[in-house]
Amino acid sequence: MAKPLFKARNLTKHFDITQGFLQKLRGEEKQKVKAVDGIDFDIYWKQNFSAVGESGCGKTTVGKLMMRLLDPTDGRMYMKGKDITELSNKQQIKAYRRQTQMIYQDPFSALDPRHRIRTILEEPLMIHGIGDSRDERDDMIYEAMEEVRLTPPEKFLRRYPHMLSGGQKQRISLARAMILNPDFIVADEPVSMLDVSVRAEVLNLMKDLIDKEDITYFYITHDISTTRFFTDYIGVMYLGDMVEKGKVGDVLDNPSHPYTQALLVAVPEPDPERGRGVKKVPIKGEIPSAVNIPKGCRFHPRCPHSKKICRNKKPVGKEVGKEHIAKCHFAGEIEFDLEVAK
Amino acid sequence: MVGKAVLKVDELSTHYLTGDGEVQALDDASFVLHKGESIGVAGESGCGKSTLAFSLLNLVPPPGQIVNGSINLDGIEVTDLNEKQSRKKIRWKKVSMVFQGAMDIMTPVYTVGHQMVEPLKYHKGIEGKKARAICEKYLELVNLEGGIFDRYPHELSGGQKQRVIIATALLLEPDLVILDEPTTALDVVVEARIMNDLKRLRRELDISMIFITHDLSILAEVSDNLAIMYAGWIVEFGSAKQIYKDPKHPYTEKLIAAIPDIRTDIERLEYIPGVPPNLVNPPTGCRFHPRCHKAMEVCRELEPEIYNIDGVKVKCHLFSEDKEIAESEEAEYETAYEDESASEAYEGELGEEEVVTEEE
Repeated sequence: MAKPLFKARNLTKHFDITQGFLQKLRGEEKQKVKAVDGIDFDIYWKQNFSAVGESGCGKTTVGKLMMRLLDPTDGRMYMKGKDITELSNKQQIKAYRRQTQMIYQDPFSALDPRHRIRTILEEPLMIHGIGDSRDERDDMIYEAMEEVRLTPPEKFLRRYPHMLSGGQKQRISLARAMILNPDFIVADEPVSMLDVSVRAEVLNLMKDLIDKEDITYFYITHDISTTRFFTDYIGVMYLGDMVEKGKVGDVLDNPSHPYTQALLVAVPEPDPERGRGVKKVPIKGEIPSAVNIPKGCRFHPRCPHSKKICRNKKPVGKEVGKEHIAKCHFAGEIEFDLEVAK
Repeated sequence: MVGKAVLKVDELSTHYLTGDGEVQALDDASFVLHKGESIGVAGESGCGKSTLAFSLLNLVPPPGQIVNGSINLDGIEVTDLNEKQSRKKIRWKKVSMVFQGAMDIMTPVYTVGHQMVEPLKYHKGIEGKKARAICEKYLELVNLEGGIFDRYPHELSGGQKQRVIIATALLLEPDLVILDEPTTALDVVVEARIMNDLKRLRRELDISMIFITHDLSILAEVSDNLAIMYAGWIVEFGSAKQIYKDPKHPYTEKLIAAIPDIRTDIERLEYIPGVPPNLVNPPTGCRFHPRCHKAMEVCRELEPEIYNIDGVKVKCHLFSEDKEIAESEEAEYETAYEDESASEAYEGELGEEEVVTEEE
């Protein structure tokens, strides 16, 4: 097996919630939001990895940790074998970010409305001191624009973001990330704000760049239906933990954690012959607060299969197939058929 | 199952009279909705879906106005009503609407109950305990506890807020509920649950619904009929089953193909290149021709008529009975399929601006 490009071990991020003076005086324990609670995963070169889950499951926090926008509470991250949790000063982090870039969810607010497209694309070059002259930088900007198929570039460079459509804006975000020739891009819900028809266009484009520019993506999404097309590996997150991970085909065809099964049943059925009845979404209530994580298995209060052991004992990762791990006491024992469930 | 017609829309056109010209947001829309039926309205952003909804409520924001056509809502001609009459006669009572981003619609300074009883107070003069009882009944219908009545909006999750809005829309037992992107901002699990509830409510209360969304995959589960909108036109209208199985209009075909499948591995996703046109100057002939993969020479010149093919209404030259039109030569002009960036929608805006900024 090839060496992973990116490795996370016991990655943890807890946020302290500010507490009042009185609570401090009483010596009450500090409350913590356990946004990411000790997760492990590997990402291989040119094998995209997607993190899937509901809002509040910690997937965006993982992305921010990977960019070193947040400092992890505990755990280690390695990029090409190098420990990036140890990067401490600004220069080191800046150098790291030259090879790791991020695309944000909302293209409408990720681009400064007062800057022209040219300025927006030039900024990363200025920050990293790339290109000696304006002409040289212009060449790079043109190249990046052509890569995201905004051609001819002259037509767009002088525009402001509001003059572009949502899909075009997101392609500018992609060009801005690509201009530094990164190896790795964290894409946080890059298409969730776009129309379905445009979504496909942006995802196709991002996929083309994998081979063309040797890019690997960490794709954060709540929409499990796009992962099969776009990624090779998938990690399903619930309340700060990665409850199931593996090759995307294995996980989607043979979901072994009840949460993954619920996510799959919830995907709208685009065939009126099949999806007419009332679906049985096998999951109760809403995601609990990450301050008070349930004891035992963190999914047990919402789980339709929960037994006594789930309330008391934390499940460990169980191997249900090659590279396919589910954190459930009954992984591999729960029968599931997507066609029946729908 | 076809009951009496609740809503008859005939040749409805709504335009926005802006400084830059007349935005033809909705043109020549005609359809009928029967009691208990549901229509799904789909299309990309900027295709006139929300304008259609606002027109039905006689709530088109200025500078928009209904310029032509009629809306017959259970015997009442909506286009003849003035603002005060529409508020008294139709809104909430006959037709209610769940707006896009409904989660932000509640005032944060009042309790949920305070805001919920308003339609009851205004239309029926019901207040106090009686109003509360009615509200609680409807909250339970959408699977919420009655206790929500005393809470403030910030104490609720997105899904709960959306349910409160849906309950409020049902309070006066309208014949028709319009839902504009009811689940767009929600997680898939919550979305699936709310869609479930809507399916159940429609059966239990026998109300008609109009669903508006850009995501066709949601509509398959809830609509009897589909209206596919493009650039202010209804380009295809007919039974949802038929349209999903055999889409007629090239636009519908592409919209359906763009839905990713979780069951099979695919190499590429289908998409529609380009963006919907600026409706001040819509393309000549068929408005979809610059982005159409089946465009013919005739499409640029002639506006297609609406053809009835096996009960599905399609606005496309491909189905013309006139052989000369239906088998016209393939387009020789450039469509967005050759030039992927063909989006001239903002050209005008850029033109003005270039003059000012030469000094850069």
